[in-house]
Amino acid sequence: MDLKDLYRDVIVDHNRNPRNFRPMADADRRAEGFNPLCGDRLTLYVKLDGDRIGDVSFQGSGCAISVASASLLTESVRGRTVAEAEQLFDRMHSLLTRDGEVDSGSLGKLAALSGVREFPARVKCASLCWHTLESALHRAAEPVSTE
Amino acid sequence: MSTAASMVRPGRVTAQLATPPVDAEAVRRDFPILAREVNGRPLCYLDNAASSQRPRAVIDAISRYYETSHANVHRGVYRLSQEATDLFEGSRETLRRFINARSTREVVFVRGTTEAVNLVAQSHARPRLGAGDEILISWLEHHANIVPWQMVCEQTGATLRVIPITRSGEVDFEAFVGLLNDRTRLLALSHVSNALGTVVPVQRFIQEAKRRGIPVLLDGAQATPHMRVDVQALDCDFYAFSGHKMCGPTGIGILYGREALLEKMPPWQGGGDMILAVSFERTIYNALPYKFEAGTPHIAGAIGLAAAVDYLETLGMERIAATEHELLVYATSRLSGLPGLEIIGTAPDKAAVVSFTLPGVHPHDLGTILDAEGVAIRTGHHCAMPVMEFYGVPATARASFAFYNTRAEVDRLVDAIAVAQEMLG
Repeated sequence: MDLKDLYRDVIVDHNRNPRNFRPMADADRRAEGFNPLCGDRLTLYVKLDGDRIGDVSFQGSGCAISVASASLLTESVRGRTVAEAEQLFDRMHSLLTRDGEVDSGSLGKLAALSGVREFPARVKCASLCWHTLESALHRAAEPVSTE
Repeated sequence: MSTAASMVRPGRVTAQLATPPVDAEAVRRDFPILAREVNGRPLCYLDNAASSQRPRAVIDAISRYYETSHANVHRGVYRLSQEATDLFEGSRETLRRFINARSTREVVFVRGTTEAVNLVAQSHARPRLGAGDEILISWLEHHANIVPWQMVCEQTGATLRVIPITRSGEVDFEAFVGLLNDRTRLLALSHVSNALGTVVPVQRFIQEAKRRGIPVLLDGAQATPHMRVDVQALDCDFYAFSGHKMCGPTGIGILYGREALLEKMPPWQGGGDMILAVSFERTIYNALPYKFEAGTPHIAGAIGLAAAVDYLETLGMERIAATEHELLVYATSRLSGLPGLEIIGTAPDKAAVVSFTLPGVHPHDLGTILDAEGVAIRTGHHCAMPVMEFYGVPATARASFAFYNTRAEVDRLVDAIAVAQEMLG
């Protein structure tokens, strides 16, 4: 097991300087995610532009994997349609949990999270923001929990 | 027996009495698991507050029991059943002696501390509680000494009151006295905090509660592995602890209860072993302690726990306390030297637990990075979320030491933290 595979430069950078890390007063959708095991908490904000994600941001606290994953998520889903974001959710899910079934080249920077697969205890950290996005897009009222 | 007061003093004091520490290299050979590697590095196990490891003597006692003496207890007239019963009841006597209970009638085998607290909540407290009554706990408690009381309060309309703690992680005695009133029905208090390591000066609290006739339960899960506990000297009414934190098996623990109180309590669970006679009209319950031991007990667990007690007592609880105190002092000093590291919980009297935060490095990342170096620590809320909330942190990293840990392992912890700081800080 190689830590460098988990904490790649992209991850470390997005943890130190998370992108779109801000509240959004005029968000159309808002969802909260909570990982009870490690105490990661995040709030995801989405502003829709028709069926496209016009703007997306997040706030919260968590480990490097969860913060970097949320930061990368905001960069990768902005401008996409809701249907495209959901396809991306499915591909991320495969990337984080199954070996060799995803063409990580199609995921851009998100592929930096592929190392998480080798650290089963940390998969929930990386997937929390994606489950929270799913919840925001479906207007689920309850906070998302990874437990 | 030496004077009662000196027996319950924690490690910090006994350490100063120049008790020689245990020979770490020798005791490490007693623990087979300590020879294994994790991620290509020798295991450096620093999560003893969550669960300790087992010496060969405990593993062998359990195997020997299954290989030579197993049958159900308290039932058969045949020889094997009698042997199993003798081993099981002999274990109870070992545990009685370990905590200096007056009688084995006061020593109930349970699954662990959690079950012991639930038993007292449901069997002792519940029938006595009504709306307006109060249960008193402290802010330091493990969830196992919070939730059972919340449940019984919900069932009875009683109120849960919480004694605040100070910034150093000590239970505020003055605030405690202020919270006592004529509706206080029970005090349930940690002996040693699992999250911070604080050794609570429980005798002061017990004396004050007893003066007002309030029964006291102590959660001793973190105390019995590290110091001598004498329930008579403490004068508590209930004392709960687990086997697996003191080198014994999982799934076995002890509820000590004062006989006069246990006598008055109804059984908690019904089944075999807890009855004398059953008809469809009426059941006559068994005597103490069997009244609280429904079903076939964890016989091997009890035998393993008694073997753990024998092992610890052979080393000597005072020597164990002195050894762990030395490790605490060394670890506190080394960790304090790391830039930005903040130790959470700085009570003057602590068990060998160091909880800390590190700027820029989340505890969960630290746990993973340390694991790559073979170092196992606990990261998270330590089943004490109110403690985390008090300090305004979502989680801490916690290193907790046993007598088989070494200074070299503290050094490995410190080196691994430096790696994490460089990688993420």
